[in-house]
Amino acid sequence: MSDASLDPTAAGQEAQFSDYFALLKPRVMTLVVFTALVGLLAAPDQVHPFVALCAILFIAVGGGASGALNMWWDADIDAVMRRTAKRPIPSGRVTGEEARGLGLALSGFSVMFLGLATNWVAAGLLAFTIFFYVVIYTMWLKRWTPQNIVIGGAAGAFPPMIGWAAATGGVSIESVLMFSLTFLWTPPHFWALALFMRKDYDNAGVPMLTVTHGRPSTRKHVFVYTIILAALALATGFTSAGGPLYLSVAIVLNAMFLKGAWDIWHRDEIMAETDNYAVEKGFFKLSLLYLFLHFGALLAEATIARLGILWGAL
Amino acid sequence: MALRPLHELHHRRHGRNLGLGIVLAALIVIIFGLTMVKVQNGEFGRAPGTADSVTQRTEGQGG
Repeated sequence: MSDASLDPTAAGQEAQFSDYFALLKPRVMTLVVFTALVGLLAAPDQVHPFVALCAILFIAVGGGASGALNMWWDADIDAVMRRTAKRPIPSGRVTGEEARGLGLALSGFSVMFLGLATNWVAAGLLAFTIFFYVVIYTMWLKRWTPQNIVIGGAAGAFPPMIGWAAATGGVSIESVLMFSLTFLWTPPHFWALALFMRKDYDNAGVPMLTVTHGRPSTRKHVFVYTIILAALALATGFTSAGGPLYLSVAIVLNAMFLKGAWDIWHRDEIMAETDNYAVEKGFFKLSLLYLFLHFGALLAEATIARLGILWGAL
Repeated sequence: MALRPLHELHHRRHGRNLGLGIVLAALIVIIFGLTMVKVQNGEFGRAPGTADSVTQRTEGQGG
């Protein structure tokens, strides 16, 4: 037999279930699940709990499918970056063709089932998200423009909008603002990372802003995007999805985030290297908390509103 | 004919096969659950995108 799979010496390279699961970028999937859930629960229309569970699952699978297609296309970059070199394709455990097949199959599956479970507006948004992330971002713009992070951020920002559409069947100002929250959060978050992790992107030849426009320009970009982000984050508080709790959280977090972005802008490389990029690293850690707490506050507002309705009905 | 011991390949792929089995079982549960919810909510009787079409059609026939 010539089948390599029957060769016991190939056992070390045999793909396990966890390798195929890793293709779906589970860590990114947790963000997708959380923000989609908030979008779905913050919507004024209620869906059956089982349908809601399925909708979140299909959105997560769709996000995972785009992750697998991204890994298939970017296998050459992943192989030279320390952070990604151990992924299933560059490490040789899964072939590029397998990842492509899995990504395409799960894309079709997730879109079709989300449409059947909820509505075709939500399914259309999911299909567009996968297309946007894989074709527009991964295949076209990632290696071409230093604004790649901004464009990639748009793809990651769609889940709450899809969750909202799954419940309401449409798009509204609240879902657009929830989209904006993740969309405008992504550039400062990743540029702060790029400021203290520059080697990886340099080696891969990906045009990061730090390389193409220089680090002082990147610092300025972080501050400008943070101002726009803060304005939209606060505006969300005045919609039906927001409320006093959300506004309180948003005011505190955005004040801290603006202060961090201001500090980053007013530093140079000598100052940053002296304290081993302490401000940039602090800003990056705060950014993780920033997104989680904003969506957490929206979830809390939705829960309070539901409890109020239940209380009123008793 | 005597049963032969499992090939080494079966042991090597045990985790993968088990994982796929669980995924397929979960898919059955999802499809069954969704069908039950849709039937209970009467959604199979509606035209796509018209949430109240069943009510409207019923009223129209009655009048």
